[in-house]
Amino acid sequence: MPPWQAARTEDGQWPGHRYFGRGPRRWGPWHQGEPLRRAREDRLVGGVAAGLAARMGRDVTTVRIIFVVAAVLSGGFLAAAYVVAWMLIPLEGTEGNSARKAMADRRGLALAAGYGSLLIIVRIMISVFNVGWLSSFLWPLALGGAGLILIWRNAAEDERAMLRGLVQPFLGLTTNSRWTGFVIRLVVAVILLAGGVAALQSAHENIALLQPLAGVALLISAIVVLLGPWWLRIARDLAVERQARVRAEERADIAARVHDSVLQTLALIQRRADQPQQVIALARAQERELRSWLFDGRPPGSIDDQAMTLADGIRLIQQEVEAQHGVAVEAVTVGDCALDEDLAALLAAAREATVNAVKWSGATVVSLFAEVEPNEVSVFVRDRGKGFDPAAVPADRKGLAESVRARMARRGGIANVRSAPGEGTEVSLSMPRAATTRSQA
Amino acid sequence: MTGETLPRVFIVDDHGLFRSGVRSELGHDVEVVGEADDVAPAIDGIAATLPDVVLLDVHLPGGGGQAVVTAMKGAHPQVRFLALSASDAPEDVIAVIRAGARGYVTKTISGAELVDAVRRVAAGDAVFSPRLAGFVLDAFATAAPPGQQAPSIDPELDQLTMREREVLRLIARGYTYKEIARELFISIKTVETHVSSVLRKLQLSTRHQLARWATERRLA
Repeated sequence: MPPWQAARTEDGQWPGHRYFGRGPRRWGPWHQGEPLRRAREDRLVGGVAAGLAARMGRDVTTVRIIFVVAAVLSGGFLAAAYVVAWMLIPLEGTEGNSARKAMADRRGLALAAGYGSLLIIVRIMISVFNVGWLSSFLWPLALGGAGLILIWRNAAEDERAMLRGLVQPFLGLTTNSRWTGFVIRLVVAVILLAGGVAALQSAHENIALLQPLAGVALLISAIVVLLGPWWLRIARDLAVERQARVRAEERADIAARVHDSVLQTLALIQRRADQPQQVIALARAQERELRSWLFDGRPPGSIDDQAMTLADGIRLIQQEVEAQHGVAVEAVTVGDCALDEDLAALLAAAREATVNAVKWSGATVVSLFAEVEPNEVSVFVRDRGKGFDPAAVPADRKGLAESVRARMARRGGIANVRSAPGEGTEVSLSMPRAATTRSQA
Repeated sequence: MTGETLPRVFIVDDHGLFRSGVRSELGHDVEVVGEADDVAPAIDGIAATLPDVVLLDVHLPGGGGQAVVTAMKGAHPQVRFLALSASDAPEDVIAVIRAGARGYVTKTISGAELVDAVRRVAAGDAVFSPRLAGFVLDAFATAAPPGQQAPSIDPELDQLTMREREVLRLIARGYTYKEIARELFISIKTVETHVSSVLRKLQLSTRHQLARWATERRLA
């Protein structure tokens, strides 16, 4: 059975989504059955090409080059088709496209229609003045522009930011102080453009093959002169944005880890304030852990460097939690496999869930069950303690929300919490197995 | 509950402290008819008192707990065994079960739960602790690749049904029979039937793999 069919769907997520979350370099050959989505991570404009590439298992750059060439050859119609696809295909991780929203946006529709008709009037005027070759570009321009207006008005904030970046040089005319540079570039571009157009125009009468080529070259250099600096800035912004995202993820990771170790220990110290010996022991253990993290780079709560297999890791959690909290942990493991980063994250989440159960449930025994199956590893942490109403937990509470759920999601796993007041709590975690650990089931 | 006769229990464990602990935990809900600290005195004592349930430590100095089960099986099949121990290698636990014990619980079990387990075994049911459920799932899961499996007398005995697997998984996750029944929308009686059927398979299966599993596990 392919891995995505084994995915749980009760949380309303399409099973394929967890594979999308695993980063852009992991695409399989052809993900049959996964719906086409615009890429969020890898996109340059709308993410359509990256989404297509992912879906077909091709290289993004190849798809983009083919696309641009085809767009030019088709006289711009493919570019308009791109805008339409942008509207119709939902963004990765979401349902619903902007086209549906746009249909309800009357003002946007009116604006788009106005813009489209304006261009068509221009087209008619051009044909009157008999500059035929220009007019063929106007249809896609009208269609694409109208689409972009609708996307702009109906897209989510991140899409808008993307569009804002795209139209920046034109907005920059009024807001940017670098006037002179732009004016110089504009003048050069106009001269080059005029030269190019003239060369192309005269190509009819002249049989020399060089002339249209020179015209095309002039046109291209005009575009480069005009837009080159802006392209560079977009590329730079893209890199900066990517770095920012990496940094944000790192921060979330650190927050989760600090929560796991330091905050947990502080909470314990408060609860055991009347037992000085225990407080000292806890503080000392925490100090050691923090030092090893800060100076040796070993993350606190990391299991991977001590345990070799999943069963070892579960046993380690059992021993640690029993020693630190004095609550019995009934650990059962079925099957075993070597650890990789995904499974280490699963173990860290399982430890967090266990500590959580021990600390808050009031139960005297916590069940910890791990099962290694061919395609995934699941861990269940169950207590028969006081339980809680999952809907009533404030969204900003760190515990389960960030540490367990996000930690699992970052690695493509799933976390579910089932609880009701008076009936205890069960946290179920499942992580798909990477191919490397799968062979030795 | 009045008028009902208390289950008669015999305790076999080499630690005196533990025997008295169990005795006090069981309290007045059972009648403890005797104790023994090794295989030979246990066999004599059980034969003399003929209890309903024997609480049996898996590890005994004079041979494993299964020696006691095996010795009693022929002459007194009505005596039922419940294995009780701290933490053991799976192969030892499976060996005691295969010898004929009706269940396995860990020593971390609470007094009330132990009494419940004793009653259940006395009534002829099987008692699976989370750990035993895990062991059994593990033992049946390590299936030999098709074609390499030794021909078995009764293939039905050599594997668990989907439902039995589900029940075992829930036991391993710490669910009680009642909670399992609710979770799977079946009656408690059906849960008991599934567990008993797993026990039967565990004891009767001639599965090559199951027998070999223990030794393999020790090596791994």
